[in-house]
Amino acid sequence: MSDATNNGPVLSADGMPLKRSLAKALRREKLRALMLIAPLLIFVLVTFIAPIADMLFRSVENNIVEDTLPQTVVALKKWDSKSGSVPDEPVFTALAADLKVAVEAKTHTKLGSRLNYEMTGISSLLRKTGRRVDKWDLEKDAPFKEKFVDVDKDWADPEVWAVIKVFSSKYTSGYFLNAVDLQKTPSGIEPRDEDQRIYITLFMRTIFMSLTIMFSCILLGYPIAFLLANLRPKTSNLLLILVLLPFWTSLLVRTSAWKVLLQQQGVINDILVWIGLVDDGNRLIMINNQFGTIVAMTHILLPFMILPLYSVMQTIPVTYVRAAKSLGATNWTAFWRVYFPQSVPGIGAGCILVFILSIGYYITPELVGGTKGVFISNRIAYHISSSLNWGLGAALGAILLAAVLILYWAYDKIVGIDNVKLG
Amino acid sequence: MKDANNEQGFVVFDHVQKSYDGEVLVVKDLNLSIGRGEFLTMLGPSGSGKTTCLMMLAGFETATHGDILLGGKPINNIPPHKRGIGMVFQNYALFPHMTIAENLSFPLEVRKMGKSERDQKVQRALDMVQMGSFGSRRPGQLSGGQQQRVALARALVFEPELVLMDEPLGALDKQLREHMQFEIKRISDDLGITVVYVTHDQTEALTMSDRVAVFDDGRIQQLAPPDQLYEAPENSFVAQFIGENNTMEGVVKEIKNGVALVQLDGGDLIDAKPINVSKAGDRTRVSIRPERVEYNRDRLHKDAHTLKAEVLEFIYMGDIFRTRLRVGKNEDFIVKTRNAPDQVRLKPGQQIEIGWLPEDCRALDA
Ligand SMILES: Nc1ncnc2c1ncn2[C@@H]1O[C@H](COP(=O)(O)OP(=O)(O)OP(=O)(O)O)[C@@H](O)[C@H]1O
Ligand SMILES: [Mg+2]
Repeated sequence: MSDATNNGPVLSADGMPLKRSLAKALRREKLRALMLIAPLLIFVLVTFIAPIADMLFRSVENNIVEDTLPQTVVALKKWDSKSGSVPDEPVFTALAADLKVAVEAKTHTKLGSRLNYEMTGISSLLRKTGRRVDKWDLEKDAPFKEKFVDVDKDWADPEVWAVIKVFSSKYTSGYFLNAVDLQKTPSGIEPRDEDQRIYITLFMRTIFMSLTIMFSCILLGYPIAFLLANLRPKTSNLLLILVLLPFWTSLLVRTSAWKVLLQQQGVINDILVWIGLVDDGNRLIMINNQFGTIVAMTHILLPFMILPLYSVMQTIPVTYVRAAKSLGATNWTAFWRVYFPQSVPGIGAGCILVFILSIGYYITPELVGGTKGVFISNRIAYHISSSLNWGLGAALGAILLAAVLILYWAYDKIVGIDNVKLG
Repeated sequence: MKDANNEQGFVVFDHVQKSYDGEVLVVKDLNLSIGRGEFLTMLGPSGSGKTTCLMMLAGFETATHGDILLGGKPINNIPPHKRGIGMVFQNYALFPHMTIAENLSFPLEVRKMGKSERDQKVQRALDMVQMGSFGSRRPGQLSGGQQQRVALARALVFEPELVLMDEPLGALDKQLREHMQFEIKRISDDLGITVVYVTHDQTEALTMSDRVAVFDDGRIQQLAPPDQLYEAPENSFVAQFIGENNTMEGVVKEIKNGVALVQLDGGDLIDAKPINVSKAGDRTRVSIRPERVEYNRDRLHKDAHTLKAEVLEFIYMGDIFRTRLRVGKNEDFIVKTRNAPDQVRLKPGQQIEIGWLPEDCRALDA
């Protein structure tokens, strides 16, 4: 700092502020670096960022009602859903016109499935009505109110109209509300029926089981990592291969192996019965429940705990423990006060890896989880590929993503993310 | 200097051997007795087994054979934490997740000492190494020299009688090193503790120690006070290892009146003091310190044997002159002379004659 006597910015040799000339010099390098990573960047954008953005968008998007029933939506604006009466003739006229177009384009069934998420029965109502509307003449057959009620008396139910009106806006919070066991009704947000509330439980279960898996991984992984880090290199290399072995086996094979081991006629039960520990009549149920999922997933995710722990422990010099002992600490004190605190960054890294992997895990819970041991991800998969309720699937996924980010943030606040070391 | 014999055997290595792999003996038959209050240095080249000896004493390695006694009692079966030996490690080994004060308080805590007494002792130990105001920092926030002092304070805070130091100054620069050598010596003298000190650095060993044990190849080659070690090395390894040294090889012609007549391989005859040679015909390596070589004929004994030499290089080093000579086939014969007003400054190419007092030239093992 000896030559920084003037208070102005430091100048380079040609009189340009040093910061600017430095930035200029660095720009070329930055550009070159950007070019180098461009392929990966584009790949990630197209295959990762874009789908996630699309998914987040789908969780609130709701164009279908307005696109399929444009005139009806406008006509319904004047109707008060709380009045308790059926809308007037103009609404029915508009609906007839909209449905005629929709039936032509076959979009009324899609609308039916969408609205069916909110009120069961609307899908069949629309399909049934669609078939009849096709034959009507818009000019001659008016008025339509009677005719609709004739087709199905549900059209005289103000509830049906209320649902159409509530979900006629372009964006909706409906999916998110569904995802947390609430629903949007004409009279505001209400909890769902008791028997339909599953998602909160599922979220809680997912988090609880992921935490259990994480702690099991710490308990099982810590001693192994400790051994690995402290054995002679030759022995520890062999052990490391054993740790990595599961990585080279198909996930499906490993999971199925647990089925073989844990099922009621499986190896473990057989052995227990043979020893006499368990009565043949009431063999233990260890699979298709939470226990099965926790066991199988702990096994599968264990390497993700061991490896970061191992690489952190390898960097802890043996002299620390020796120093502690020479200062008078017993083996346990030396471990607990000196070694353990220094391995915490490895535990942190392992926990983050295992927890985040397990919170979104799908295959294993699907195969060994039964009904009690499935995760939220299994429900998301169900909505994406079976029920085709993508909006709800997207909302569940978005909540999961948010939950992970919040936990990550909390971890950063409590432990500090720069405390995480992978090696 | 304390007399090692006044309380013989505070620490005793008795025929100690150590092998890590069951094939090679890293320590071969170590016998060593260290007096209470003594500052003993283990000096030796890399891999000579110094750290291993220290680790056996501290209890982190077990001796394959032999006994180690502390205060007269064998300690082979006492675990490290019960030995009560303070230790300073080469990389300091300060616990990075604790503050300096917590580091120092650790040995007192595990001894179940009360908080106020602990704080008092920690502060006193920190003051002793002039680190009194750094208690709340973490080791990572200190310089190397500061960490070193804290490590020293930590090894002393629980008042052990014996402190082991394994190359504690290895990572410091020369100036800091010299300062710390002085500090360590002062503190150990003040507290009257016994110190076993390991180093590579012979200057460090010579300046600090009461006695120096020179290690090589798993054995103590010589155990002596620094001046004896330098002036009277007992074998050619020690002569080579400690200080600068000129050596020449030859055969003993005769030994008479405590002076050996040695015929060098070039044919010249010289006088030497017989150390490891007993009879005519023994091969020997004679060793002479550069500052004991004389080329001023007037200062030599009338009938002293001399050698012809040619000056190759003259280096002016301020306080001394360092002259490189060719003597026979040896082009690396060094002579050091004090920069005195009447001193001759040799010129390259000059032909001279060199000689010495017979007692300065030692005939050692070949
Ligand atoms: N844990 C170990 N396992 C096997 N061999 C070892 C072990 N520690 C040391 N050795 C071997 O024992 C010999 C002596 O090692 P030691 O560490 O005692 O040397 P040192 O004199 O302290 O050397 P330096 O000055 O380099 O520290 C060396 O050959 C070394 O390779
Ligand atoms: Mg060593």
